[in-house]
Amino acid sequence: MLYDVVVIGAGVTGAFIARELSRYELKVCMLEKETDVSMGTSKANSAIVHAGFDAVPNSLKAQLNVRGNKRMPLIAQELGVDFKQIGSFVLCHSKEDIPKLEELMKRGISNGVEGLEIITGDRLKAMEPNITAESIAALYAPTAGIICPYELTLHAAENAVENGVDLKLGHEVTSIRFDSNIFIISSAQDEFKAKFIVNAAGLYADTVSMMAGDNSFSIKPRRGEYVLFDKAHGNLVNRVIFQLPSAKGKGVLVTPTVDGNLLVGPNAEEIQDKQDTATTCSGLSEILRTASLSVSLPSTGDIITSFAGLRAGADTGDFIIRASEGNKRFIHAAGIESPGLTAAPAIGERVVKLLEESGLRLVQKTNYNPSIKYGKAARHMTGDELNKLIRQHPEFGRIVCRCEKITEGEILSSIHRTIGATNLDAVKRRTRAGMGRCQGGFCSSRVVEILSRELKVPAEEITKFGGNSRLLMGRTKHNLETNC
Amino acid sequence: MNVKKADLVIIGGGPAGMAAAIEASKNGIRDILILERENNLGGILHQCIHNGFGLHYFGEELTGPEYAWRFIDEVHARNISYYVETTVINFGPDKTITAINSQEGLFIIKPRAVVLAMGCRERTRGALNIPGTRPAGIYTAGLAQKFVNMEGFMPGKSVVILGSGDIGLIMARRMFLEGAQVKMVCELMPYSGGLNRNIVQCLEDFDIPLRLKHTVVAIHGKERLEGVTIAQVDEHRKPIMETCETVTCDTLLLSVGLIPENELTREAGIIVDRRTSGPVVNDCMETSMEGVFACGNVVHVHDLVDYVSREGARAGECAAAYITAEGDKAEGGEIQITAGKCVRYTVPQKIVPKGQKNIRLFFRVTDIFRKVKIVVKANGETVFERKRNKVTPGEMESLEIPGSILNSPTNVNELLVEVQNIEEGQ
Repeated sequence: MLYDVVVIGAGVTGAFIARELSRYELKVCMLEKETDVSMGTSKANSAIVHAGFDAVPNSLKAQLNVRGNKRMPLIAQELGVDFKQIGSFVLCHSKEDIPKLEELMKRGISNGVEGLEIITGDRLKAMEPNITAESIAALYAPTAGIICPYELTLHAAENAVENGVDLKLGHEVTSIRFDSNIFIISSAQDEFKAKFIVNAAGLYADTVSMMAGDNSFSIKPRRGEYVLFDKAHGNLVNRVIFQLPSAKGKGVLVTPTVDGNLLVGPNAEEIQDKQDTATTCSGLSEILRTASLSVSLPSTGDIITSFAGLRAGADTGDFIIRASEGNKRFIHAAGIESPGLTAAPAIGERVVKLLEESGLRLVQKTNYNPSIKYGKAARHMTGDELNKLIRQHPEFGRIVCRCEKITEGEILSSIHRTIGATNLDAVKRRTRAGMGRCQGGFCSSRVVEILSRELKVPAEEITKFGGNSRLLMGRTKHNLETNC
Repeated sequence: MNVKKADLVIIGGGPAGMAAAIEASKNGIRDILILERENNLGGILHQCIHNGFGLHYFGEELTGPEYAWRFIDEVHARNISYYVETTVINFGPDKTITAINSQEGLFIIKPRAVVLAMGCRERTRGALNIPGTRPAGIYTAGLAQKFVNMEGFMPGKSVVILGSGDIGLIMARRMFLEGAQVKMVCELMPYSGGLNRNIVQCLEDFDIPLRLKHTVVAIHGKERLEGVTIAQVDEHRKPIMETCETVTCDTLLLSVGLIPENELTREAGIIVDRRTSGPVVNDCMETSMEGVFACGNVVHVHDLVDYVSREGARAGECAAAYITAEGDKAEGGEIQITAGKCVRYTVPQKIVPKGQKNIRLFFRVTDIFRKVKIVVKANGETVFERKRNKVTPGEMESLEIPGSILNSPTNVNELLVEVQNIEEGQ
């Protein structure tokens, strides 16, 4: 099959590009090396929809952030993604730094951010009662919000698939050739032909670019570590609490998550290995220590998990969204670091425009549906809605994950939806089963059993996240001879 | 929404909940409903296929499932109602319970009394903040136990266990017997958190090394666990980095403590003791909310199920008395029980004096002590003492004190429990 466009990478950027392309009469394919969408930078980040005040004016980051922020409420509604526009504070901890706060506000205004104001005194304390006494002023941005990044990515990708885009998971691109005006993209298993390519390969965007002979940029991974606190502390702050970058460092954020936990992080560490998402002792202590400047944190015993994500920043400092110098039919959407999650919908629009400029013919589909086909998740239903559902599908009354109160029905749906879960972590990202305070201690064995039954594969082959991440190593009573 | 009635609702059908239900039934309560989230009564006992249960309660040695079935049979014999695969999702301040299952959907019950018996959960890697990668192969000991004993799967073949809690010790033996290589059990503290009998029967008998004052400082492996770095810790429990050594393994089991599951309790506004992470209770096992009782691991983590059953029976008996005598509650002053020198906590935390013959106190000590006496003081004066050869934080202490001490000297308003050195005599 000859595709009009192949999008390489199914993170949030690739997903929104594919969704934008799915509005038109085009044959589009998304290639992803992992076994699920949203497996790189898109799954481990601050989960913030930024207002857009801190990017350098006129940069792509600034323009696309503000545009993405404006579009997010409608997109979240169309895609059935939980989005809470709770606003953000940038806290300032010393009088000398107030001019910097004012500077930031000016920059925000010139970027087109609405509603910015500086808050001090009693009003500051009333809005955020738990911030430290040293926090004397804040830049308030009411348009900032919180969202689940992998839910946003998944639903955008699913919406694209529902509108006709092909998704090929587990296809790592190994080479790209350009022959007779056609790109031939190879993975270990297959070959794909395309008239246009979009490079949304995240951390590997430079590698993909080089496959097409373009070495105009490189991606420098920067690791950020986070800790997530129990839901008991989800209301410690009401907004996203940033810190003003100061001599002490760039600062870390403290925020409620859209699902009700408290998230603290990230630090920033340049690393070499693009797979190194290990957390470190020093990194975790650094973020906890720095965050304590903003609020007094709960005891570390209430941390339910910690994780690290890699920012896929480019050496140019800004997003790289342009045609390749060597071939205008090869479009880069690279260097997408913060505020990439917020900007993703706007990146999608811009990439489609670039494709059109490079000669892609766009004809609107008559049957494009911007809304995801699934209704409200059971966990967001009212009692009456839930009871109606349980009467039709009793499995929605059987709770499997007790901490997050996730039912067997939701787990079954996660396996059988447009982009179905094939492993434990994929179920977790789709349903939150295993995301709670026991971290899957009670439900993992049930989820493995359900995955095994539904996918018709032995439980021993069920993985945590694909590849060699098998959870079980055979049946009992099979290797007794080793000890006896 | 469907509304149901019951005199007594018991949240949790494990050993504590079943004992409470049976005792309430013995005391004349007919309209009892047990709500159990798993698909059968018995709780975690079903996966505890080793023996050692029932020595105190039945005077014989049973396996976990056998112990559970004694109670399940009695629940059936007494026609006590129960719902399985039913999860309580909300517990309101007026004792209103909202629960969900596949038959009834979401429903509400407004009982006259409630017994909380939700048990506990295992502490996870997150709470310990162990840095490193996040591969497959890291399990809490209880989850591994479920895979091996209930589902028949091996979670791994080469195992390091962090934490010497009882489940960790039991799983060291289990994994060994199933053919895995159990490399070591690391324990942060200078002593084990488990029962002495488990150290002997689960580690020493199989030559599994116990590395005291050691912890895991890093985790390796991208997809499946490939190894852990362990290090010795100093007296402040901080790792001594010069002592780091890497141990190859495909599995890390965590047995690093149990946490009473009191989310419902907290939501209802019931007072929770920070030391036990369980509700503050009086000697009737009644919480700070009138008519709401609690028992078993939801109150404080026990070592022996036998004591859980006893505590459950006490809660059931008192819940029955509360229902029978509703509106006729004796109003008396409460006596606070204070955890004194070398005592971490006591359960109950208070006593409502009403002529009790005996009062059973459970407590844990703060460190290992030898040749000591446990002293109970009433208003500062010693009224009771018992000698102990050795007390350790890993073994819960129990003391039965005569009720008469509440009356002498007159108007006791505080009891204090402490550990004293026998030689010093102070």
